[in-house]
Amino acid sequence: MSLTEDYRKREESITLSGEPIGETHELLTLNIGPHHPATHGVLRLITTLEGEVVRDIKPIVGYVHTGIEKTCEDKSYWKAIPVVERMDYLSYYFNATAFCGAVETLLGVEVPARAQYLRVIHLELNRIMSHLVWLGTSALDLGAISMFWYCFRERETILDLFEMSSGQRMHTRYIQVGGVIEDIPRGFEAKLRKFIAEMPDRADQYADLLEKNQIVLQRLHGTCQLDEETLLKLGVTGPLLRAAGNPWDLRKAQPYSSYDHFQFKIPVGTVGDNYDRYRVRHAELYESVKIIEQALDGLPEGPFITPDRKVALPPRHELATSMEALIHHFKLVTEGFRVPPGEAYYPIEGPRGELGCFVRADGSAKPARVHMRDPSFVNLQALGPMVRDSYIADLIATLAMLDPVLGGIDR
Amino acid sequence: MEVRREQLDGPGAPATDFRVRQLQARDMLRGDLEGEALERYVEERVMTTTLDRAVAWARGNSFFPLTFGLACCAIEMMSIVGARLDIARFGFEAFRASPRQADLLILSGRVSIKMAPVIRRIYDQMLDPKWAISMGACCSSMGVFNNYALVPADKFMPISVHVPGCPPRPEALAHGILRLRDMVQGHPRDGWRERYDAIGTEELLDPAAEAGSAAINVFEAGDTAGA
Amino acid sequence: MPDATELELTAQELREAHGAESIIDATFHRNRATLIANPAHVHDVLERLQAKGYKFLASLHGCDYYPEEPRLGILYELLDMDRVDRVSVKARVHTEDARISSVIDLFPGADYPEREVYDMFGVVFEGHPDLRRILMPEDYEGFPQRRDFPLGGEPVLFTHNEERSYGKWQ
Repeated sequence: MSLTEDYRKREESITLSGEPIGETHELLTLNIGPHHPATHGVLRLITTLEGEVVRDIKPIVGYVHTGIEKTCEDKSYWKAIPVVERMDYLSYYFNATAFCGAVETLLGVEVPARAQYLRVIHLELNRIMSHLVWLGTSALDLGAISMFWYCFRERETILDLFEMSSGQRMHTRYIQVGGVIEDIPRGFEAKLRKFIAEMPDRADQYADLLEKNQIVLQRLHGTCQLDEETLLKLGVTGPLLRAAGNPWDLRKAQPYSSYDHFQFKIPVGTVGDNYDRYRVRHAELYESVKIIEQALDGLPEGPFITPDRKVALPPRHELATSMEALIHHFKLVTEGFRVPPGEAYYPIEGPRGELGCFVRADGSAKPARVHMRDPSFVNLQALGPMVRDSYIADLIATLAMLDPVLGGIDR
Repeated sequence: MEVRREQLDGPGAPATDFRVRQLQARDMLRGDLEGEALERYVEERVMTTTLDRAVAWARGNSFFPLTFGLACCAIEMMSIVGARLDIARFGFEAFRASPRQADLLILSGRVSIKMAPVIRRIYDQMLDPKWAISMGACCSSMGVFNNYALVPADKFMPISVHVPGCPPRPEALAHGILRLRDMVQGHPRDGWRERYDAIGTEELLDPAAEAGSAAINVFEAGDTAGA
Repeated sequence: MPDATELELTAQELREAHGAESIIDATFHRNRATLIANPAHVHDVLERLQAKGYKFLASLHGCDYYPEEPRLGILYELLDMDRVDRVSVKARVHTEDARISSVIDLFPGADYPEREVYDMFGVVFEGHPDLRRILMPEDYEGFPQRRDFPLGGEPVLFTHNEERSYGKWQ
């Protein structure tokens, strides 16, 4: 008997059914993390193994708990935006949009059309960026190292665009209460058009690299399935839910920031295994490019921030001529604006699922409570049901396809 | 380490004829080279320095950073390996997942009170000589979140280089690593002190006063109990 | 979002089913429908709403209403995915007796959020199988998100505040 046949035969004898173990078997508790290269941050997993089969798993989080929600209560509304952005550090535009959306709801401020389109352009660029980081690091976990370089090459192009429009690569503070902080600079459009022209080709190349690789396919196909019903019970949203066949996407279901103006499709999977999770996210790259193209074509003229001087800073040139503008500027910069008392929950579709921001205002210039419903935090609960009674190698693949961002989980 | 180039083709220089050099090479391989030819041969090829400086030169040019990401800065730390700023040009690209194989700990992100003991343990597990870079505002000074959940990295472990930024650009981190290389190689840059003529104003701890008051969990060189 | 009338009808229906004291108030503010429930009846109210179609618990979070009493609020954001309709349920408890029944049997996804509310506000969810701290270390004392908990932090020595810093005169 050859070595391979022997291995296959022994592999067949492993039962994945979760039956009670006999007297000859023994359960092993293995600690993975918090410092482990495959946990995508500082996640700690306590796994109970029987041989190579995971029987139980307990994620332990909180290793990057930063107390951002508490810090927000100490800062005025417009100063809380950069703090909120640092929660889920791969989707900073989304965090800022959710927070600003909640504050705008409380204030009753209308966001101009151009600002909404500019927000959409940046949100979708951010979604592509987040998926690229996910694709690069997940492929790294599956053993495909070169994907990392290709994905980070495109990511640098996106970050150059962010830097062009806001001056920062990460945590840009571009989204502002009532609009965006600045109009896009000259040359941004040409550069963006060049990027969206080449991005679909790049995504095709990623697919060629990964989907013709038998090792990757075998590790993804049919591993760690979870049906739609269980996912809904556990509160899972985003690509994980869509991979199981439920086309729930807030961009379509509850359009915000004029997402109803654009034509795009929602990719869904069929069975909800790791391969579907990969395919759904990969297909979302193309859809995001389509949305950016439409938003760029139909970018309306007009102001990029609300003309309400109680909320938005006056333009620079007015400061030299208008006393009123100077007073508004002084009030906004020293104290900030006051928000009437009330509560708001503003959900948007982040790259990982429903990102909702709850803001309670008590009438002062500082929020009384800010809470982010972060999709990573809720989605992590599905890790246990997914990987129970499967191999530990599939646990790593599933964790990669779950795409948790620890900054979002711990906040 | 200094490398000096000297003109060898002075008066009495060796014949540059190909045949002559071929014969000399044959003699060398046989071990027959002697006299002035041997002297010249050695002078051309052997460089002398102290062992310390040679070791420092080697160490400074081949850090093995630990694969260890905490938060936002970790993403920027990953992109220094990418194609744009290829850190492999300097020889720092070999990220190691095990602390026992690594000699550079890049603290990339915010350190919470729950994570601080873990980081201290990882740092203790690294073998000497080891260095640490605190990347970003959070683990240098707690940054924008100065609150109950965080602790600055200097409180529980020695840090060699602080890289400012929130998060620092990859170029900034590369600059930090190169500064660390200068330090390891024995000629640290004085930064602003050099510019403002303030060399000599550094506040250094007195090693004699520190001797009896070692912090808990810090081990002497050669003591393997904490590893 | 249900409009104000529909919200009143829902509140009336819940009052009929679980007694008049189960729903204390129903508010409609800026398109946000909130049912303020009696903490003793939260489980029943959520069960009834789940049967009505609000099958998805989008978010569960706490909120400190200091200095109002009762101080601590637990908010459940429910979502009906078929009608695309959101309603939130709020229950207020006192800090001295911060207890509320867990809804983990109705919504298994409430597991981590309930642990987070316990960790941050000290609200005990009765019936939760594994109520431990989730974000803070397990031996941590105090509940950081309460308004009377100090923000914490410590002064950091920079060059600009060197003059004022402690130890300068020693």
